[in-house]
Amino acid sequence: MPQIHVDIVSAEGEIFSGPAAMVFAPAKLGDIGIAPRHAPLLTSLRPGEVRVQPVEGGDEQFFFVSGGMLEVQPHMVTVLADTAIRAKDLDEAAAVEAKRRAEEALRDKKDEVDLATAQAELIEAAAILQAIQKLKDRRR
Amino acid sequence: MAVGKEIRVKIKSVKNTQKITKAMEMVSASKMRKTQDRMEMSRPYAEKIRRVIGHLSQANPDYKHPFLVERDIKRVGYIVITTDRGLCGGLNTGLFRKMLPELRQWEEQGVEVDMCLIGSKGVSFFRRLGMNIVASNTHLGDTPHVADLIGSVKIMLDSYTEGQIDRLFLVFNDFVNTMTQRPHQETLLPVEPIDGSDLQDHWDYIYEPGARELLEGFLMRYIEARVYRGALENIASEQAARMVAMKAASDNAGDIIEDLQLVYNKARQAAITQEISEIVSGAAAV
Repeated sequence: MPQIHVDIVSAEGEIFSGPAAMVFAPAKLGDIGIAPRHAPLLTSLRPGEVRVQPVEGGDEQFFFVSGGMLEVQPHMVTVLADTAIRAKDLDEAAAVEAKRRAEEALRDKKDEVDLATAQAELIEAAAILQAIQKLKDRRR
Repeated sequence: MAVGKEIRVKIKSVKNTQKITKAMEMVSASKMRKTQDRMEMSRPYAEKIRRVIGHLSQANPDYKHPFLVERDIKRVGYIVITTDRGLCGGLNTGLFRKMLPELRQWEEQGVEVDMCLIGSKGVSFFRRLGMNIVASNTHLGDTPHVADLIGSVKIMLDSYTEGQIDRLFLVFNDFVNTMTQRPHQETLLPVEPIDGSDLQDHWDYIYEPGARELLEGFLMRYIEARVYRGALENIASEQAARMVAMKAASDNAGDIIEDLQLVYNKARQAAITQEISEIVSGAAAV
């Protein structure tokens, strides 16, 4: 029975490696099934599941990928899985977050705290003064 | 008999310190090994992606992605990976010391520098220097994830695409072995041409969607994978440096305890001798 070697790797480690009768993957332009001796193909993946059909039959194995890249050679399939869901606006949000952290680090945070405590003290002092004033008025 | 109470207290306090440094040493040793495993695990991904990029740029010799084109340098970017915590010997200091001459050189040439800092030691150092920090990322912990790094890396990639910076460097401590960690700098952008000529096969891939979009995705992931590897190397270096520093501290504490113990014994012996001579002279007087 013809078989195809499958490697699923992410930047943080190997997820699966072994032979398969057929592999299904969620490609960007639609789900694809890859049988042995498939033509060389390079495509990107949507978030979804990669299914691996074992050679000896039996249950399929499922792997969730949050996107990534897929490389197919006649005897080999390589899934370069992302470790996080990638989308343009999500990446953008992460970038904004990193920038904010930099600005925060640049600003002297201590000043801010001092200002806040000073303000709180000022409000408290003003309240006490007001109370004293009222007491004085009543006495008269 | 209350001889040398101060010395006994001191010995006890040094012993407690020694216990802490010993524990830290062992913790660092185990964390170092774990990080080395993670480094090993990240290797296949990087190699695979590198090979595919080599193939892609080979297959489209006429198309040059901006990431692959060399430009005149008017402004440069640095991604500097440092540790979050101290007690790791001169690891960060060594890194800064290596960077400073180069930064001065850029300044002399009138080239401005943008900083992307990973690790809080770098943030405090470069803030003191008054550098232009555009992105920062701290407290990644001992097990960083690629997802944590995407944001900071994207800022630098974007500013490269927009032409704000013309070159991007990555600086981190390279883990050579337990005793040696070297500050290491590499050029992330432009991506140095990857030799695809060892691929003798004359077939080409079917590209879905287009080769350009795919190349962009691969290049981005390739750079991210390199930054991730840098972060791992730096953590392994941190743990190794801390292990060595803590071992030295434990040994020092052992020496101090030995010295103090000697002083204490001498004092005790002197007190006993004095007491005996007092009793003897007292008895003689009677």
